[in-house]
Amino acid sequence: MNAAVSDQIYKVQDLRVSFPDLSKKPLFGAAPRTQVLKGLTFDVAKGDVLGIVGGSGSGKSTLGRAMIRLLDPDSGSIRFEETEIAHLREDDLRPLRKHFQMIFQDPMSSLNPRRQVGGIIAGPLRLQGFDNIKVRVGEALEMVGLPKSFETRYPHELSGGQRQRVGIARAIALKPDFILADEIVSGLDVSSQAQVLNLLEQLVRELGLTLAFVSHDLSVIRRLCSRILVLHHGEIVENAATAELFDNPQAAYTRTLLDAIPLPDPDQVWA
Amino acid sequence: MPDARGQIRRLPGLRLWLSGGWLLLLVLAAIFAPMISPHDPLEQDLFAARLPPFWEQGADPAYLLGTDSLGRDLLSRMLYGARLALTVALVAGTLTCLVGATLGLIAGYYRGWADLVISRLVDIWMAFPPVLFAILLIAVLGTGLTSIIIAIVVIDWTRFSRVVRAEAMSQGAMDYVASAQVAGRSRLGIALAEILPNVLPTIVALLTLEMGIAVIVEAILSFVNLSISTDQPTWGGMIAEGRTSIYQAWWVLVFPLFALFLTVLSFSQLGEGLKDYFDPVLR
Amino acid sequence: MSYLAIKDLTVRLKNGVPLLRKVSLEVEAGEVRALVGESGAGKSMIGKAVLGILPRAARLTGGKILLDGEDLLTLPPKARRERIGAKAALIPQDPLTALNPSRRIGPQIIDRLVDILGWKRPKAEARALELLDEVHIQDPGRVMKSYPHELSGGMRQRILIASAFAAEPKLIIADEPTTALDVTVQKQILKLIREMQERHQTALLFVTHDLGVVSKVSQTLTVLYAGKVIEDTNVRAFFEAPAHAYSQALLAATPKYTDPDGSLMPVPESIITAVEQEVAAFDAQLNG
Repeated sequence: MNAAVSDQIYKVQDLRVSFPDLSKKPLFGAAPRTQVLKGLTFDVAKGDVLGIVGGSGSGKSTLGRAMIRLLDPDSGSIRFEETEIAHLREDDLRPLRKHFQMIFQDPMSSLNPRRQVGGIIAGPLRLQGFDNIKVRVGEALEMVGLPKSFETRYPHELSGGQRQRVGIARAIALKPDFILADEIVSGLDVSSQAQVLNLLEQLVRELGLTLAFVSHDLSVIRRLCSRILVLHHGEIVENAATAELFDNPQAAYTRTLLDAIPLPDPDQVWA
Repeated sequence: MPDARGQIRRLPGLRLWLSGGWLLLLVLAAIFAPMISPHDPLEQDLFAARLPPFWEQGADPAYLLGTDSLGRDLLSRMLYGARLALTVALVAGTLTCLVGATLGLIAGYYRGWADLVISRLVDIWMAFPPVLFAILLIAVLGTGLTSIIIAIVVIDWTRFSRVVRAEAMSQGAMDYVASAQVAGRSRLGIALAEILPNVLPTIVALLTLEMGIAVIVEAILSFVNLSISTDQPTWGGMIAEGRTSIYQAWWVLVFPLFALFLTVLSFSQLGEGLKDYFDPVLR
Repeated sequence: MSYLAIKDLTVRLKNGVPLLRKVSLEVEAGEVRALVGESGAGKSMIGKAVLGILPRAARLTGGKILLDGEDLLTLPPKARRERIGAKAALIPQDPLTALNPSRRIGPQIIDRLVDILGWKRPKAEARALELLDEVHIQDPGRVMKSYPHELSGGMRQRILIASAFAAEPKLIIADEPTTALDVTVQKQILKLIREMQERHQTALLFVTHDLGVVSKVSQTLTVLYAGKVIEDTNVRAFFEAPAHAYSQALLAATPKYTDPDGSLMPVPESIITAVEQEVAAFDAQLNG
């Protein structure tokens, strides 16, 4: 099916990313580079919740970070809305940044320990030239279900689930069109995991967000996502709608991944 | 559940008070030295040479801590000596910190060629033996307060840049730095607003440590008679003089040594205490 | 008589805050018992108390730990360490930090056998090779000569399993041994742990936060909250219908992709309040 151009928020073509492999660095000269993403091509439609799944070393987090240009691709094209961003300089990216935001895996390290919650959420708003910052901070906290009194708390005074809500509030306060969520529930207990997922679900619905959700956990992805990219060794092995992927997984790797999930069910038999 | 970190936060209180108290006393002594000194620190009175401190036999109550072999009042000389020690500590310590921390921050956060240049420079610098380096510098610059300060800055900036570089590098890898980038903060903005506040406790601890080191370096240079003109009293100079008469008049050596020791210790303890104070996790 | 029996075990922080509240449980030879709970439930603390490796800030203030019928806590420290070294072993969580990065694999396994069992080196070396083969490592000779960083996470965990079983302990404590691994590797490692445990008829105490993993490895389980035992039951009964409301909520919160509408349910606030009250009432009874 060919969707109209305006329906796609992201068009990614032949995206390649490599990192220097320092373990193989010769005594003199540059380290050889390891290909982490080996030419990925896919689109993200507006309003989609895209799950990006894979094992460690599959390149799923690298892909997410490349999409919001936290790192520089070697080659290929990333079209965000109408703009080609794959090779834009940081100075030119800065005005665009309010349109794509990120929620980080480890809220403890992604929230500056020396800032209070209010300042953490206000910072990006101020940088991007928003007005009524106090009001917006209050709204963002309310949307993630935290009381206004949290504005004066420090990150270390919060529980893991609360910290992750602050991370979400900081991202949605800018009213972005796209949010990347990188393994944001993997460090949480199951009880807060479910709460954060519910919150995301609700925000996607209410704010009309497009979300890319990077995770190693297919169970979590099934709950939240409408489409799924399965990555393996830096390549897309499957790109399908969620229901399709779970009903009839095409790639052998997807099936291996599904089979390996331990279900809370003693009757599940492991081959 | 109460956080275990909360329980150790009461501890730094006492040492902060003790070290801060001694240093405050020293600052007051230095400022008001001309007013509170019982004698002119340079006035010699050979009839009153080697008088012991007040509690010893044969002491003169006019000379509380006794006199040296030229009959100069020890207390007055120490008060004036505190002036020089503190000036060196504050000025040299601060300048060293500014130079070293700035270079360290640039190297650690901006990486790339800046890091390459600064790190190589540090490596080369550290290969010089520091005391020889200092003596060499003074020989070139001539003696005097300014020379001492320049010598300390030139030699010791590496201490800051190495530690701050490593700290800035590890902070730079944290996700809050990435999140500032996502928010559209500039490189300089990230370095100053995100990295610097998190490196600050380390810098403060190093700064106070450096102040103590500056006091020692000044004393060493005075001891080898390379500091400033001999007619200005310095703790290092007093220790050097006291060494020659240790068997006849131990007090000439012991009092300035004790002041030096207490001051250096206080600076390092102040640093430890302040470091905790600057850390919101511990506060 | 169970191989490991813990009775009324209480561990407190130095300031008196309880980490474990009168925990009792038993593991028989050949049995796998899972210890389940969320972070802060004290599940790892139990294993640490048994092995005598409690963190500095924690103190054992009451209870009994019977290992093979002998109360460990009444033994003098040296005898206790020897008993634990000979009869129990740990499979740790992080396969990277549990191996010394600057030593080759072989000596790290062999040393255990030489030190604990007093074996001669050639015998220990032969046994180490045999163990690596037993945990399905191909080319054990080459792996013995490798450094930890040259091996994958799954491989390192296999080595730690081999070295845990090396001295033929009758009790093994596995502390979240697959949390750091990919699901595909986790599956292999869980199967391997079960296989080794069955072959050696070891009593296994398996600490985990994942009820999915529990259903794959264990026969019995103990659910903890804030260091208190909430439920002690067998796996089949638990997954059919947990007895305690908190356990029910925990099970409903656990992801299950085959049942997207019936899993990943948030734990209701009322249940947390209720279980907090239960713990407080328990404390009041203890102190009063």
